[in-house]
Amino acid sequence: MQLTLEFGGGLELLCDSEKIHKVNVDLPNGADSDDFTMKHLLSWVRTNLIKERPEMFMKGDTVRPGVLVLVNDCDWELSGQLDTVIEDKDVVVFISTLHGG
Amino acid sequence: MEAGEAKSKKAGGSRLCCICNQRRPVLKRPKTLQQICRECFYEVFEEEIHQVIVGNRLFKSGERVAIGASGGKDSTVLAYVLSELNRRHNYGLDLFLLSVDEGITGYRDDSLETVKRNEVQYGLPLQIVSYKDLYGWTMDEIVKMIGLKNNCTFCGVFRRQALDRGAALLKVDKLVTGHNADDIAETVLLNILRGDIARLSRCTSITTGEDGPIPRCKPFKYTYEKEIVMYAYFKKLDYFSTECIYSPNAYRGFAREFIKDLERLRPRAILDIIKSGEDFRIATTTKMPEQGTCERCGYISSQKWCKACVLLEGLNRGLPKMGIGRPRGSGNDQKDTKARSTAKSIESKQCGSLDF
Repeated sequence: MQLTLEFGGGLELLCDSEKIHKVNVDLPNGADSDDFTMKHLLSWVRTNLIKERPEMFMKGDTVRPGVLVLVNDCDWELSGQLDTVIEDKDVVVFISTLHGG
Repeated sequence: MEAGEAKSKKAGGSRLCCICNQRRPVLKRPKTLQQICRECFYEVFEEEIHQVIVGNRLFKSGERVAIGASGGKDSTVLAYVLSELNRRHNYGLDLFLLSVDEGITGYRDDSLETVKRNEVQYGLPLQIVSYKDLYGWTMDEIVKMIGLKNNCTFCGVFRRQALDRGAALLKVDKLVTGHNADDIAETVLLNILRGDIARLSRCTSITTGEDGPIPRCKPFKYTYEKEIVMYAYFKKLDYFSTECIYSPNAYRGFAREFIKDLERLRPRAILDIIKSGEDFRIATTTKMPEQGTCERCGYISSQKWCKACVLLEGLNRGLPKMGIGRPRGSGNDQKDTKARSTAKSIESKQCGSLDF
C-alpha cells in the first residue's frame, strides 16, 4: 500500500534528513488489508527508514514517549494508538516534542 | 460496509467533538482526556491561556513586554498566541521579541533565522543579545575549554543574565518565557532530586524576580507540551526543532524521560506534580539562602559573587571546575581556602547544601 510518512520535530534527522517519505509498504504474507495496523507500520519504519539512533524514535513496541503520532491529521490516541488500522493513501505524521522551546 | 466501518472507527468513530458535538475530533487532550475538533481546540487552548494571564494578573495595560524567543516551539507559539490575545482582548501591551545568541554553531544560528522570520510574520520588533558581546565567550569556546560535562550549567546561568540585559536594552517592564507545564514539572522533580529547597520553593511561581531587575512570567505554566506542538502543527507555525548538540549529557534529560513515561500512564500527573510543587511548605528550621547582590557586577545573588561571575572567573583563569558542583565537608573547605585564591574561597555553594 502507498503511504505518505512525515517526520518532524527533529525526527527527520534519523531518516537521512528527509521530512517526507512516500513509501510502498508490502503487507505481511497472508495478511488481510484490515490487519495492517500502526504496530506493523512502526516495525516497518524502524527497519526501513530509521538509519540511526532508533532509540530516539521507538521504545519497545511503540514510539518513544514524547513522540506524537497523527494519522490523517488525527491524534492516534483517538483511533486506538497501536491498533489504528492503516489503509492505502493514508498520511502518518510523527512529531517529536523532545527539544528546546 | 466493513471498509466504511473501519474508516469511521479510525476517524474517532461516530463520536463527535466533546465540545461542539458537530465536528470530527482530531485530538485527545491530555489535561482532560476530552476528544475535540480543531476549531474547539484552538478556542480552548487560547481561552485557557487568556484565563491564566488574567487570573494571575500577569500584565498591566501599557506595559512593554519582551518575549524570550529562541525560534523553538514554545516561544514561537507564545509569540503567536500572545500577540493574538493582546489584540483580541486589548491587553494594551507593547510586545517585543528577545533572542539570545549563545554561539552554538549549527544550532543557534539556525534557530535565530527562525526568530528573524517570526519578527516578520508576527510584526514584532526583535532584539538579539550574544554571549560573545556580554561575556567574551561563545558556548562553543566554553565547551572547548570545559568539555562536554556541565555545559548546561554555564549556558543556563549566562542565559538568565543575558535575557535581563537584553530586557534592559529594550527598556521593557516584563519578560515572558515559553516554559510549559512539562518543563515546570521536570524542574520540580529536578529540584527534589538535588535537594535544592530554595529553588523548589520558587520554581512553581508563575511570576518570578519581582524584586529583581526584570520580573518574568510563564503564561504556559499549565499548558501541556503536546498541545503546544499540536497547535503549532495545525496552525502551521514556523519553528525550529533540533536538540541542542551539547544537551545529551544534561541531568534534566532523566527527569524529562521520567515525566514522559508518567504522562503516558496518567497524563494528569504533570499538572499534579506542579500542584505538589506549589503546595510544598518548607520547615521553618531549614536554613535558606538570603538574597543580596553580587559584589562584582551588582546582579541579584545569594552569595558574594553571582554564579555568572564565578563561572566567568573560572573560564578566564583556566579553572573550568570553579563554581561547579558542591564543596565537600568542612575539613576540606579549610584546606581548600588556604590553597586557592580569594576568588575561589568565595565560590558559590549550591543552594540547599547542608550547613553544619
